[in-house]
Order: sequence, then C-alpha cells, then structure tokens
Amino acid sequence: MASITSLNECVIRFANTNGTGSASANNMFAKAIFRMGIPVSPANIFPSNIQGMPTWYDVRVSAQDYMARREGAPDIVVAMNAQSMAEDVENVRPGGFFFYDSSRQIDPALMRQDITFLGMPISEICLREYKAPNLRQLFKNVVYVGAMAALLNIDIKILKDLVADQFKGKEKLVAPNVHALDLGFQYALTHFKCPLSIRLEKTNKVGSRILINGNTATGLGAVYGGATVVGWYPITPSTSVVENFEKYCKRLRIDPASGKNNFAIMQAEDELSAIGIAIGAGWNGARAFTATSGPGISLMSEFLGLAYFAEVPMVLMNIQRAGPSTGMPTRTQQSDVMTCAYASHGDTKQVLLFPSSPAECFQMSAQSFDLAERLQTPVILMSDLDLGMNDQLSEELSWDDKHAYDRGKVLNEQQLDEVEQFGRYLDVDGDGICYRTYPGTHPDKGSFFTRGTSRDEFAIYTEKGDEYVQNMQRLERKFETAAEILPKPVLHPDNSGSSTGVIYYGMSDVAIAETFDLLAEQGHFIDGMCIKSFPFSQTVGDFIDAHDQVFVIDQNREGQMRKLLIIELEQNPAKLVKVTHYDGMPITAEFISQSILRDIIAAPVKRAAKRTGS
Amino acid sequence: MSFLKSKFHHPRLARNELGLTHRDYEGSLSTLCAGCGHDAVGAALVQAVFELSIPAHKIAKLSGIGCSSKAPTYFLDQSHGFNTVHGRMPSVASGASMANRSLKYIGMSGDGDTASIGLGQFAHVVRRRLDMTYIVANNGVYGLTKGQMAATAERGSTTKKDNKVLWPDIDLVTMALELGATFVARSFSGDKEQMVPLLKAAICHEGFAFIDIISPCVTFNNHATSTRSYDYVRDHIQEGLIADFVPVTSEITTSYDEGESNDICLHDGSVIRLHKGSNGFDARDRLSSLDAIHKHRENGEILTGLLYCDPTYRDMHDILNTTETPLNSLNENELCPGARTLNGINNAFR
Repeated sequence: MASITSLNECVIRFANTNGTGSASANNMFAKAIFRMGIPVSPANIFPSNIQGMPTWYDVRVSAQDYMARREGAPDIVVAMNAQSMAEDVENVRPGGFFFYDSSRQIDPALMRQDITFLGMPISEICLREYKAPNLRQLFKNVVYVGAMAALLNIDIKILKDLVADQFKGKEKLVAPNVHALDLGFQYALTHFKCPLSIRLEKTNKVGSRILINGNTATGLGAVYGGATVVGWYPITPSTSVVENFEKYCKRLRIDPASGKNNFAIMQAEDELSAIGIAIGAGWNGARAFTATSGPGISLMSEFLGLAYFAEVPMVLMNIQRAGPSTGMPTRTQQSDVMTCAYASHGDTKQVLLFPSSPAECFQMSAQSFDLAERLQTPVILMSDLDLGMNDQLSEELSWDDKHAYDRGKVLNEQQLDEVEQFGRYLDVDGDGICYRTYPGTHPDKGSFFTRGTSRDEFAIYTEKGDEYVQNMQRLERKFETAAEILPKPVLHPDNSGSSTGVIYYGMSDVAIAETFDLLAEQGHFIDGMCIKSFPFSQTVGDFIDAHDQVFVIDQNREGQMRKLLIIELEQNPAKLVKVTHYDGMPITAEFISQSILRDIIAAPVKRAAKRTGS
Repeated sequence: MSFLKSKFHHPRLARNELGLTHRDYEGSLSTLCAGCGHDAVGAALVQAVFELSIPAHKIAKLSGIGCSSKAPTYFLDQSHGFNTVHGRMPSVASGASMANRSLKYIGMSGDGDTASIGLGQFAHVVRRRLDMTYIVANNGVYGLTKGQMAATAERGSTTKKDNKVLWPDIDLVTMALELGATFVARSFSGDKEQMVPLLKAAICHEGFAFIDIISPCVTFNNHATSTRSYDYVRDHIQEGLIADFVPVTSEITTSYDEGESNDICLHDGSVIRLHKGSNGFDARDRLSSLDAIHKHRENGEILTGLLYCDPTYRDMHDILNTTETPLNSLNENELCPGARTLNGINNAFR
C-alpha cells in the first residue's frame, strides 16, 4: 500500500465528542500550523446540542492558499469518539492515516488495508498520569495534539508557547498542559516512524495575515464604527457578534474619568424587541445594531419595514445558517438573501453587504454605520456560520485614524434656525435623502412625527395617493443613490475578457482561486466577480452584459442571488446558470468547477494552466 | 388627516415659568370620536407638562398602533413623536432612552397594544425599569377595527354587538406591580383633577411609571352591558389615596392635620402628597397595594389614584452604568479606539 506523500498540503479531521473540551486543543493545533507560516483553514462541524453528540473539526493545510473546504475524504483522521468510529474509519482517504485511542481494542471488522492505523493508548496514559476524572478527559485532547506534532513535524516549541499564551494569568495550568503535550509527543516519537509521509515544514506563506473568526471581527468593527446601543437575543451562530462587541467595549469603551460605559447593551426578550431597541436608538441619533440569524430575520421583518419607511438608520448583522428550528441550523448557508433583500410587507427593499473574510467583516461592520446614517435606512450585513464562527486566515484588520464618521444629514439647532421651513421628507438635494433632526434639538423648530408611509414632505399625516406615490418615488431615488455609494463588486484579478463569467459572494469567494486553477487545468479561463452589496451597482450589470454565459454561485437551494440579479437587472434567466450548494457544509472548489464544466458553452483552449494560488 | 389648530389665543392666558401658555403644548386637531376618553387624557397631559414647565422638545412621545396610539399627534406638537408598530412601542422607547438618557419619554398605548399583542414587551419594559411614563388608555375594546373585545374587558360583560366576553381579563396594574414598576396608578379619563397630579408625578418619577387610565370608547363600548362605559365606571369607582403633586420650586402653603397626609419625595425634589381616603393603604408597600386592589375588585369596585411609588429604586441606566453624556452625542474621539490599538488586537490573533 502506498501512503499519501505530501508537504504542507493535507486535510486532518478530528472526530470528538461534544462537550469534552476538544475545541481548544484543536484550535491550538491549527494555530501552531499557522505560526509555522503555513496557510491553514480550520472548520468546526458541530451538532445542535450541549454534550455527548459527535463533532468534527477539519483542518485544511495548504501552502497553495486553498482555504475553502476540500471535497472528499481527509488524509488523516484523529478518532477520539467511539460512537463515530466506524464512520470515521470509512472516511479516511486511501493511503491516509487513522490515529485512534488503542486503550480499547478496535473492532477487527473496521480494519482497512488501504490506510495506516496508528494506535496509541491515550486513555490508559491519562488514567495513569491524572487522578481527577475531568482532567483525564481534558488532557486526552492535549495528548493527541502532542502526538500529532511528532507525526506531522509540528514544532513542539510553538505548541508550548501557545499553551503559555492560552493560560496567561493562570500559570498553574501551564505545566500540566505542557506535560500532556510531551506525553503525546514522546510516545509518538518512540512508537511510530515520525514524521509521516504527510508532513509539514515551516514556510513564510502566511505573511502579515491573522487567524480570526468573522464574528469577532464583526463585533470589533461595530466598536470601531462607533456603535453605542445594542439590542439582541441569543441565537446561534450570531451570538458571538454581540459577545465580542461587549468584550471589546469593556476593554476599550469605559469612560476613563467616570468609569461609566460609553455603550449600552440590552439582551431583549426576543428578536422583535431586539430590533425595536436598535430602531429606537437609531431614531434618537445613536449608532445602533442588532445581530441575529434566520428565525430572527423572520421575526424582525415587520420592524425592518417600519425602519425602511420611517427612514431610521440601524445595522443588522445576519449570520446566516440553515433553518428553521434546530439541528441543521448549526450548519452554514446563504439562504436569507431574498428574504433580507425585500424584508417586510409593503413595497420594501433593504441594503445588504456581503463580506467574504474577517477583515471585510471588520471593515464592512464599521462602514455599515456610516452607510446607515447616510442613507437613513437599515443596513444588513450578510455573514454566515462558516465565516462567523470558524477561524479564517484573513488579511489583518485595518483602520484609518483620519476617517471621520459620516453622521449623515442631521440638522442641529443653529442649522434649523437658518432653515425657513423644515420638512423631514423634503428632498432638498435631489438624491432622495432628506434632512432629519434628533429629538430635543430645538424648542420650536424641527420636531416631527415619525410614521410609516402616511405622511407628506413635512411629516404631516396624510392618506392622499399622490403624496404617497411621490414619497415612494423618492425612496426609489434614495436606493439609486445607495447603489452608487455602496461597496463595489470586486473583479477577479485574472479576468481576461473571457466569454464566460462567474458571479459569487460571501464565503464562496474563498473557493474561487482554487476553482480557477481547476478550470485552467481543463483549458477553461473564465472571468469572476464577487458581489459586495445590494442594491447592485452599475458594474454588476456591465459584467453580465460583457459575458455570453454567467454562472452564479449560491449556497442555497433556490439560487437566490441569481434570482435577485434576474429580477433587479431584468437579465435573461437563460444566460445566468445556477450553481447551488446547500447541504450545510461550505462549498468547495471541486463542486464549483465540476458544475461549471458540466454546463459551460465555451470550448476549452490549449493554454498553460496558470496557478493563481501559488 | 391631521389639522393644525389655530394658534390664536386669549392675550391673558396663564403662562408658565418658560413664558408659554398651555396652547403651546397642544397638538394637531384630534380626529378621534367626539367624547373619546383619549382626548381627555391628552388634555390632562398638556396641562401637566405645561404646569411642570418642561420644554416640550425635551420630551419624546412614542406609541404603538390603535386609537390610543394615534393620540400623541393631538398633544405636544413640539415633541418628536414616533408611531411604531403594534405592541412594540416599549422596545423602541427602550432604544430611544438608551441613545439619550437626558430626555423625558412618554409612551401612549392602549389595551390591545399593551395587554394583547404587546404583553411580552410590556412585561419586559417594566422589568427593565426604563425611565419613562407609560400610559394605557384602557377602554376594553378595539376601536380601529370596530368593536372587538380586548383582553382587559371583564368576563361576562358584552360587546356592542352582544358578544359575551368569554375569557378572564388581564389587569395591567397588578401585573406592573408584580413585575417591579416603581410607580403605579390608575385613573379615569372623566376625572381630570385626579389625572393631572398623577401625570405630573409620573413624569417627574425617575424610573418606570405606569398609569392605567380607564378611557371609555363612546362608539363601541359605552352601552348598558359594558363595564367600561362612562356610567358604569362612575358608579363603581373608588378613589383610594388622593394625591397632590407639589413641584420642587413651590412653597408648600396648604397644611393638613398630622396623620392625614403622607409625603413621598421624588428624585428631583418634588413631592407627592397623599391624603388618606376611606380605603387607606400604604402606597409605599407593594403588597398592601396589591391587597387593596384585589379587595376592591372582589367588591366590584375599581380602585383609582396612586397605588404604589418607590422613588429609591435604580433605573435602567443606573443598572447598566451608562455614561451621563447622551450616547447619541459621542463621536470618534470617545468611541473609536484607533489604529494603534487595532495593531495590538491583530497581534493577539497571530
């Protein structure tokens, strides 16, 4: 049997049991590879429960910077869950390795001839080394990380440094963790031929990038963007957005003189209340947001319509997942595109932003407050579970100290004095955006009554049809302005005027470099565009017009972005080919390239494949 | 449609400390039915705010949906108003207060808006101890949709279309007491003398002030078999404690016999002076209030007046430790940690 041979290019799967403390050990493993300068992409596949169910942690290592999930079987499986053992053995790629706890004999029926079994009596070792049952369980995780370090050639010193970092302030815990690492490391060195044919070596491919999840970056972006009021209701996978916002606020937003908070966070009774809080605060001039996932979007829809018509700025972070109910909702999807684009009853439309990386989560989260106040409407940041909860190799977060917040068109007391007659919904500048005032600004000018649709340009109640139409047309104008100032789509740097295009957004972007390489191997060179916002800018229509066939990648069943393009840009549906992936796992480059190869009209050309990723 | 009223007024109208007349506190011409109790509530509110000499623009008025929620258009024209969605005014008021703690917030709601669709939001805004005055104009009936029974209508009473109310009613006053409201009162829209001092005290109270005002619907719930009609309420009302409101700047001139009155001093220094009625109970004792309300109810009576007040409790902002500066006035300097700090944060992810 020939074992797989590779350097800095593999997928390792950890099979664990939920609630056994494996997550932090697995994170440490991925972080060690990152610190060796090798691009790495970890993903947690977890069930919707607290304890006892199988959970997997996949780590893709790729010197070529292929950071999307890899299709098919992992090269190495670390099997720590007896419950899923049979499935885990089956899931090893031929020529791969199966590392398991050999304290109990493995069922001979599970043995395979085409993979290498590496048994280590981890439970026995922990039973011998540790007295407390909970420590025996916890340190098992650290022991297998130590063993993997020897097997893969991970620098054990990096792991030891990571332990020291992790337990800063709790130094008592450092020594026993380091001991556990050594137990695994030494056992593997003594009993196996180390390193394996699949091995790692230090490189400098990571550069200045960081390893961070999108929700941390989103929460931090809201701190930098000046959010002060948050209403929220816990829901996976959005919860950690607010938790991170609060964590950083407690560090960075306490007024030094008074010790008081320059922020206010309210865990509300439900999502309706959560968004109501954000709208009340936005109406009253504070930068406010809420964070939620699918079911929350449904509940918030009525209020989103009110905010659209009443023209109240606010930000909504939607961390998308499969839905409804429980179970699949701990898996990723891009399935709220349609419902968010047109959220609410009545003629509504919403502003959407689509980040593709944590750095972009940070930047767009901060920028969304400027956009919301400029446009006086809700802005929805469309992240997803994969981006939000899994660590991603990301450009570092950046901030320009010269950037001043755009607080939009707000009149203060002096400005009101200079205005002859204040009209809240008077389109003075012709861009569809009117001037507003905060409550409490002026004793006898600038007050107005905020309602939904029934108002004239001076915010006086009216049910006249022509006034309603005039207002609706102005709102349409406002959204034309929005299309001009929202983040522009990003054209792929390798675009070469091909007749075939591919449109993608959000996390599908991560699979595109690899997709292009796979297509190039087949002689296809296509153009790509990553959508960053809705309503669509002119560039989006131009890109479609410039190609004969355009594939649209969606991580949902309906091809929601494709439909949105057809509806909004009145494009011929036959020209836009649907590529949809929605089993709850992140999309892969293999899936996209196979889908394109199946339907592409253009003939392949003979040209040397250009490796964009390396 | 809303119609602006003429600003013309008698030259010798009384002026308050700001030099304003009560006409300066009015709103647009009401479009509610003639005789609607809600207009009387609005008029009492105009008088209360005028007499307190609060600049109207330092008040924000918020409402949900329903006849009562339309009412804010008809008072305090110089206040910003927000007609939100049905049953969700409490959350919008919460967010507004979080954004700017320096304004006064008045929420105007009804029985459908608060006791049915908005019961959850009502419960949680009480629990949150939001510094606001929350008024329910309670007529036991849905007006805008023409006469369906509300959750505050009493079991056994009948609607105008002769449908019997099948379910027990929800008493918002006892609910507010149970959930920790720090100011609770009940009043009747036909009794302006009682409403005005109660509204003044509620507005000056720092914390969640709840007033349930029975406000008969002349169109759909003023018939003989209703228990929310003007006649029925007048016949069954029992005023518990008679409350005077003594503002902070006034000299106290009237004297009462010792043992006959009780003072509750509010945060801003104003005083609620209580005179014992025939049904004396202690308005500083939650259990005593609840007991009195229940006993009257068993006798078929509606206990009105100030029912409970605790001026010592901390409000939402105290609990959250929010800075005194309104959050909506903070900018980059106070809010943005800057690029240098971000570099440090980046390093934590390496």
